[in-house]
Amino acid sequence: MRRKRIWGLLLVGFSLGAFFPLGCSQQKPDTGKPKGETTTKPKIVVWHWMTDRESAFKELARRYEEKTGVKIEFQLYAPSDAYTQKVRAAAQGANLPDIFGILGEKRDFASFIKAGYILELTPYMEAEGGKWRNSLYEKALVINEFPQGNSYGVKPGVYGVPIDVMTIKMVYNKDLLNKLGYNDNKVPETLEEFLVLGKKLKEAKLQGLVSGWGELWMIDCLANNYAFNIMGKDKVLATIKGEIPYTDPDWIKVLTVFKKMQEAGVLASGLVTMVNKTAEQYFANGRAVFAFNGSWCVNVYKGMNPNLRFGVMFPPRASDKYPMSIWGGAGSSFMVNARSQNVEEAVRFLRWLSDTEQQAFLAEVTNNLPANKNCASKISPILAAFAEGLEDATHPNLWGVSEFPAVIEAFDKGIQSIIIGEKTPEEVASEVQKVKERELAKRKM
Amino acid sequence: MRFKSTLENYLFVLPAVSIFTIFYILPFLMVFQLSFFDWDGIVPLKQAIPIGLANFKEIIFQDKIWWQSMLNAGYITLIALTFQNALAFLLAWACDREIRGKHFYRLIFFIPPVLSEVVVGLVWQWILDGDYGLFNHWLLRLGFPQLVRHWLSDPRTALTTVAVVHCWKGFGWGFLIFLAGLQTIPKELYEAARVDGANAWQSFKNITLPLMVPVTVLVAILTVLGTMQAFVLIMAMTGGGPAYHTQVPVLRIFASMRGSSRFGYACAQGIVFGVVLIIVSFIQYRFSKRARA
Repeated sequence: MRRKRIWGLLLVGFSLGAFFPLGCSQQKPDTGKPKGETTTKPKIVVWHWMTDRESAFKELARRYEEKTGVKIEFQLYAPSDAYTQKVRAAAQGANLPDIFGILGEKRDFASFIKAGYILELTPYMEAEGGKWRNSLYEKALVINEFPQGNSYGVKPGVYGVPIDVMTIKMVYNKDLLNKLGYNDNKVPETLEEFLVLGKKLKEAKLQGLVSGWGELWMIDCLANNYAFNIMGKDKVLATIKGEIPYTDPDWIKVLTVFKKMQEAGVLASGLVTMVNKTAEQYFANGRAVFAFNGSWCVNVYKGMNPNLRFGVMFPPRASDKYPMSIWGGAGSSFMVNARSQNVEEAVRFLRWLSDTEQQAFLAEVTNNLPANKNCASKISPILAAFAEGLEDATHPNLWGVSEFPAVIEAFDKGIQSIIIGEKTPEEVASEVQKVKERELAKRKM
Repeated sequence: MRFKSTLENYLFVLPAVSIFTIFYILPFLMVFQLSFFDWDGIVPLKQAIPIGLANFKEIIFQDKIWWQSMLNAGYITLIALTFQNALAFLLAWACDREIRGKHFYRLIFFIPPVLSEVVVGLVWQWILDGDYGLFNHWLLRLGFPQLVRHWLSDPRTALTTVAVVHCWKGFGWGFLIFLAGLQTIPKELYEAARVDGANAWQSFKNITLPLMVPVTVLVAILTVLGTMQAFVLIMAMTGGGPAYHTQVPVLRIFASMRGSSRFGYACAQGIVFGVVLIIVSFIQYRFSKRARA
């Protein structure tokens, strides 16, 4: 009896030991297709990170199922950091869903493509005389596209479907700006005009510009806006390629913009460790006159303070030599898993999702700029203001070349150092150039 | 019969060993393996590029920010070792005595460690806010306007502020261990000392302190290991800023993985960090051994 019990226990133990590893082995993606049945409609699984769009996506999934019989299951994984890790881990385990989005830089996108995880969509986009392609904003599509001879070594083509468009501009609180003696027709357009505000802000005891500059990428956006404005696109790209050093006088001018802003007192205090959520709260609650924020903020401010009266403006230009470009392009995009069993159905769904009616619905419900240009007339005036200048928008994913992450970090952290008065623009430029040279030397090895 | 018995024994430990191997030893070995590769965490592992010791060379000879983050962590650890542990010891000593409400204090002192680090970080961020924070508000009300500042975004105060909050969050662990240690000291020793005419200070110096050395060593080692690996609290409070002023090693490892997609480099940083921690703990152990002798 005792022996039987021991052997029973051993059997349980062995099973546990044996099945645990099996549980960690590769898992086939959940396609929803019952074994042996090929005639039933498949289930398409979509992974995303967009908390604010979850209910709208679910409504669209319901409509799509009603129309086609194909079940769409949107699975939300938030926050975006957790989502990013989940997608990478799933790629390693070959567990990616039918449709997913990639958060990261273009080189990450390229790595996914080169590893064979993403389906090329060019044939679908170009079918019927390019009907699908032509319905989308070029800027939104370009972000999902790899041109001929791209530096990433990816086969030229389109690899993603933009769901919405994002631009980053400055917003101003109309009531607070009125207090400072300005109105909608007289927002500061040049850096000089903007810097003059510093004195008035101090007198009125108001905070100036807030933004998520504790999260480095938003500093990078504004710095690149000014780089394009001061030296033009070609020179910025030449710097990234290593042909022009960061110690060039034009780059010093870019860094000096931040020094001037700090000295004039137009930047909110504590800006260098501020996360964007805090900046949004400050602006929505009328504690700051200006914010540097993306078009998604329309929805955020509406949730935080429905009575907030605000307008949208370009960042004040520092030079008349080149236009003041804004940061923008595709906000969110979806990709099709090249190894999915439901590739055709997944592509069909994405085409439907990016169609005028669905895009108009998403724009209306989520207050994001649609990627489909046919519904531009259906967006609210404030979103239309964000869309203004989209044709001149810039984004690293459009450039075809990528700066080294270490250089970007040194540059953005350097701007933080300038703002806190720790370093001069010249010192920062010199440090950034050193990092750049180190990275270039590594690449040559 | 003996073989059967041995087999039975091995079979009994097999599940535990399997789980331990899969979830502990294999990932540990993989970190070592990956540290010799240039891998972005996306392409299949077999496509990762072997680069030998390049990651380690870069960390040791070129990555100044990494070593600055080590210094920052060292500074926080120093404050934790002194201020946090002294506070924990004093409070434990007070609660070990016959005072009113000692059980209530024990509970109160152990609340900070059980709170979520993210919540603690965000609450302290709000308290220390330069414009709307409670701390500055009270400084003004108490007549110290010259002390008012942006505690977390001022490079002169950011690291120390983070260190103090870290101590506030962590002193409860030390308190608990010290209290347990104090309770193991036989009361008869104190009674005998009192009979011999020793005063409170003499009892503390000649009985409490020597008998608490092993516990103090344990707390010190745990403090070093815990503080050097601080991450969540700093992430929530400053994100490592302003500039690099509150960067700590785990934040750098996270930045290498998440920001730069350099998984191989992050693994190498993890190994270098682990080696440094082992060395520090070993030195600490040797010192304490000498002190006990």
